[in-house]
Amino acid sequence: MADQAEFTTLAMEHMPALYSAALRMTRNPADAEDLVQETFLKAYRAFGSFQSGTNLRAWLYKILTNSFINSYRASQRRPEQADVEDIEDLYLYRRLTRLSASQAGKSAEEEVLEHITDSEVKEAIESLPEVFRLAVLLADVEGFSYKEIAEILEVPIGTVMSRIHRGRKALQKALLDYAISGGWVQSTGITADGVPAKDGDEVSAAGAEAAAVEGAR
Amino acid sequence: MSGADPEMESGPGLERVERPHGEPDCSEVVSRLYNFLDGDLTEERREKILRHLDECHPCLKAFGFEKELRQLIASRCKDHVPESLRQRIAASIEQERSLGAEHTQGASQEELD
Repeated sequence: MADQAEFTTLAMEHMPALYSAALRMTRNPADAEDLVQETFLKAYRAFGSFQSGTNLRAWLYKILTNSFINSYRASQRRPEQADVEDIEDLYLYRRLTRLSASQAGKSAEEEVLEHITDSEVKEAIESLPEVFRLAVLLADVEGFSYKEIAEILEVPIGTVMSRIHRGRKALQKALLDYAISGGWVQSTGITADGVPAKDGDEVSAAGAEAAAVEGAR
Repeated sequence: MSGADPEMESGPGLERVERPHGEPDCSEVVSRLYNFLDGDLTEERREKILRHLDECHPCLKAFGFEKELRQLIASRCKDHVPESLRQRIAASIEQERSLGAEHTQGASQEELD
């Protein structure tokens, strides 16, 4: 059993990460603040049931995630049956290696890694459908293991892996769109094999590109 | 390597040649990329992939890119907590505390659901 008096000392250091996660979940600063406040209050009230020595961070994220799903999700019911296209492995890398950097002497990969901004990464994550967004957020931003995420989201580990893998690829597609529209990479000297068009803004547009790459093999 | 269309050798994961001694080919290695980076492989599979990366520059470059991208995503998602939020949370916990042990002891796991 954890002592409630310890709560402030132990839990407050997690506030910045929880607030960032709340922003990605709600996509709205006012809702994110309310969600974090609700999370801390619930955590304080339930702190007596927290087992000292177990993973406090994972416990806090579970409260955050449950609170988000119950209170702040756009649809109060189940998430819409959102899906992402089956995007191939190395989606971003494969395309960047066929593009050229806007700056001479650099590869398109280096250009993207150097120039992508905080707000673009955040927007790209926020553009993902909810189930993929939560999985990618917990895995790649917060660094939780598959097992921890399965416990936080209360879904089987196989579902977690599938959501993370597919969400990452959809995220790569969003990042490629930023790289092209931001002008860091250019499609000069490229053959017609699978080079993405600028109009591929929707995750669902990935299918056509994947098909184009398949056709080029 | 492959005698097929040279285009097929221009990127990792496209090699179709069988490797000796049950060693994975590029496409197999790439398909396990995320499990590898997530530390979700048996020691045996992990070592097979490491051996492949030792020998295969295109796959090594691709893995390196994915790893850097992952680090970049994590590092670019930080936000500054507004001071007003810190104060609000501190105040609401203080208020909760001042309500006394009677109330807080009544809280249960149900609060989390």
